[in-house]
Amino acid sequence: MTLQKVLSLNALSKRFGSVVANDAVSLELHRGEVLALLGENGAGKTTLMNMLFGHYMPDGGSIDVATPSGDMQPLTLGHPQAALSAGIGMVHQHFTLAENLSALDNITLGSEPLFALRRDRAGARAKVQGIMDRTGLTAPLDTPVGKLSVGERQRVEILKALYRDARILVLDEPTAVLTPQEADTLFENIGAMTRDGLAVIFISHKLREVLAFSHRIAVLRHGVKVGEIATSDADQRVIARMMVGEDTPTPTRAAMTPGAPVLTLSGLGLRSAAARDRLTDVNLTVHAHEILGIAGVSGNGQSALAAVISGLRRPDSGSIQVDGVEILNPNPKTMIKAGVGRIPEDRHHDGIVGAMSVAENMIIERLDDPLVQSNGLLNRDAIATNAKTLSQSYDVRGPGIDAGARLLSGGNIQKLILARVFEQNARLILANQPIRGLDMGAAAEVSRRLLEARAAGAGVLLISEDLDEILGLADRIMVIHDGQLTEVSSRNREDIGLKMAGEQT
Amino acid sequence: MMDILQILLSESFWAASLRIATPLIFGVLGALLCEKSGVLNLGIEGIFAAGAMCGWMAVWLGAGLWGGVLVAALAGAFFGLIHGILTVPLGLSQHVSGLGVTLFATSLSYFTYRTALPTVTSPPRIEPFRALDIPILSDIPFLGPVVFQQTAMTMLALAMVLLVWYVLNRTALGVALQAVGDNPDSVDAQGLSVYGLRIGAVMAGSALMALGGAFLTMSAFDAFFFGMVNGRGWICIALVIFASWKPGKALLGALLFGAFDALQVRLQTEVGAMVPGQVFLMAPYVLSIFALVVAARRAEYPRALLTPWFKGQR
Repeated sequence: MTLQKVLSLNALSKRFGSVVANDAVSLELHRGEVLALLGENGAGKTTLMNMLFGHYMPDGGSIDVATPSGDMQPLTLGHPQAALSAGIGMVHQHFTLAENLSALDNITLGSEPLFALRRDRAGARAKVQGIMDRTGLTAPLDTPVGKLSVGERQRVEILKALYRDARILVLDEPTAVLTPQEADTLFENIGAMTRDGLAVIFISHKLREVLAFSHRIAVLRHGVKVGEIATSDADQRVIARMMVGEDTPTPTRAAMTPGAPVLTLSGLGLRSAAARDRLTDVNLTVHAHEILGIAGVSGNGQSALAAVISGLRRPDSGSIQVDGVEILNPNPKTMIKAGVGRIPEDRHHDGIVGAMSVAENMIIERLDDPLVQSNGLLNRDAIATNAKTLSQSYDVRGPGIDAGARLLSGGNIQKLILARVFEQNARLILANQPIRGLDMGAAAEVSRRLLEARAAGAGVLLISEDLDEILGLADRIMVIHDGQLTEVSSRNREDIGLKMAGEQT
Repeated sequence: MMDILQILLSESFWAASLRIATPLIFGVLGALLCEKSGVLNLGIEGIFAAGAMCGWMAVWLGAGLWGGVLVAALAGAFFGLIHGILTVPLGLSQHVSGLGVTLFATSLSYFTYRTALPTVTSPPRIEPFRALDIPILSDIPFLGPVVFQQTAMTMLALAMVLLVWYVLNRTALGVALQAVGDNPDSVDAQGLSVYGLRIGAVMAGSALMALGGAFLTMSAFDAFFFGMVNGRGWICIALVIFASWKPGKALLGALLFGAFDALQVRLQTEVGAMVPGQVFLMAPYVLSIFALVVAARRAEYPRALLTPWFKGQR
């Protein structure tokens, strides 16, 4: 690798109100290099990249970018247009595509004169085709982007950057939405592009792919760069310690004999106009002392499955049994009564009522409990005592039990939900993406609690898009694809990945 | 029944339909431009009034007819600028700001008119646009009398349909406009200005709306009256949904409404003795609501409609 410098970030700082998102972060990037930017949620990775791309104006520091001839030039800060013309391309975690336009229109958007009477579509098409041939990144150019798959949309995003002659490409969590195979293909393509001199920064928290595909790793913690290491010198444990600052104990899963079934779905079907909300002939059983993991790429029916088990949607066919009793009239109330504890996917939106206090959120699912109310009046002392006890035993930290629940951080909201679910001695715990977006400490806590519930005799249905999470926690694994469930006996990520892509029956 | 068929086949009926549709064509195109960029413009009703007043006033003060059209368009763009600034960079509620603009523009127009003409009882008249007689084209059977013997402003409205369609679908500006109404981040990430595109679209759209108003005082009638807009702006807001934000369908929707209106006038004289007149007055609106219910289910809403976007907040 030639060590020709193409980018240097010099002591960049950014604060939002009183929160310091980035504190004097410096970084260098070289031609043909793949740099992985690692850190927990809220460590400031995305903020740093948004400053590089001009979405945010830094409070301090500067950026130098190499011109095509190799001289370092200071970059005008705070203007995406300046970053684009300096050869910086960014693929955001949430795609920035207009879904009503074709891929070609999305790619050329902003690179043609706005007030010209005609557009040179043929020329643009030829240029895009050339890039696709060179890099192997292909996508249909004339279909509206709204009809493309997630993988195709991501390729359109990268093509957008390359079309504007990017020499530095920033990818924000590029594999979060891809199957393992799609991710591998993406990194192969990136490998091909770096051989042509492209420099790549990618943000990730998947240690496996960071170790496999980067040349160098930079780690951020609480807005500060805490370390930089050549990938050849790194391993999972070293990086994890750099990210968290200490060793996190990984919860161990003791072997257990499954007990009686606590949840049985047979022949469950759900019709919907949207493919992502459809379920076809779903059969599954969760036993006591067992965690059943549902793996799958997002948008394959996970939300529909969770909605049915939560009682939010009534299935069109099939039956639901909880703890051996058939639920004839599934709705949220009957499901809670039957012993289903729910940890929803969108914890901010579906898990709490943000405007109500922490104490109220803790009893919100048991309003008919005589301890909570008598004769229609809330027993405020009992509610406060309950909240104090639970906050302590579940380590819910925040401005206090009377403060609005929306003021809690994501990790503490999740702990509040755990407290609510586990205090009801639920027979079945539906955990939909329970760890996503949590920092390592909170994630370990959630895992520990789920394993505790399993040891206490509950059954857990764990829905997750993170295969590592499933492999770490689940006793049995099923894959959901296109609204259908298949059991996988192997714990090989390759096999599971193929099923997630729907390539194996 | 024979009578209705006779009406529907007559040249004069279709000529009247197109005449009634003309202000709506301007209005729907204007609302369409605003909404394509993601901004609902409920100021339309007031902007119609402002266009009607300003265009007429300019001509009455001695400007030429086309000068009046220009003044009306500028007045519309001015109110569009107000609505744009309030809703785009400041991100206020598009409903509240739009209704505010309607109240403001309507009242300001009446106020200006009254201040300029404090003592006049019967509205002063101007010499409006006359019906054209285009050689050759006007002589085409049926199409000639229906389309080519209208006033110049109707020709302008039809030309605007083509222009708006061309800009939206064939130019880089149109692509950027459609993108900013679907996902503003897509525009921002490519280095274009979300605020600039949206304010520009709202100003251009509002100018078109004002032309719809100007048609009333400078082509359909020859004077300015209070209450002369009479809900035409609101109809346009509904017709945009009917048109599913497509210029061609916008023309169709406006024509359909114009035809219903022309039909009810004629039916009133045919069978007016048996049925109360209000039923006929109501008919175009009832039929429009019905058409809307059918069309709205398939309408392709601009995804970012009503959603404010703020720079640096992702």
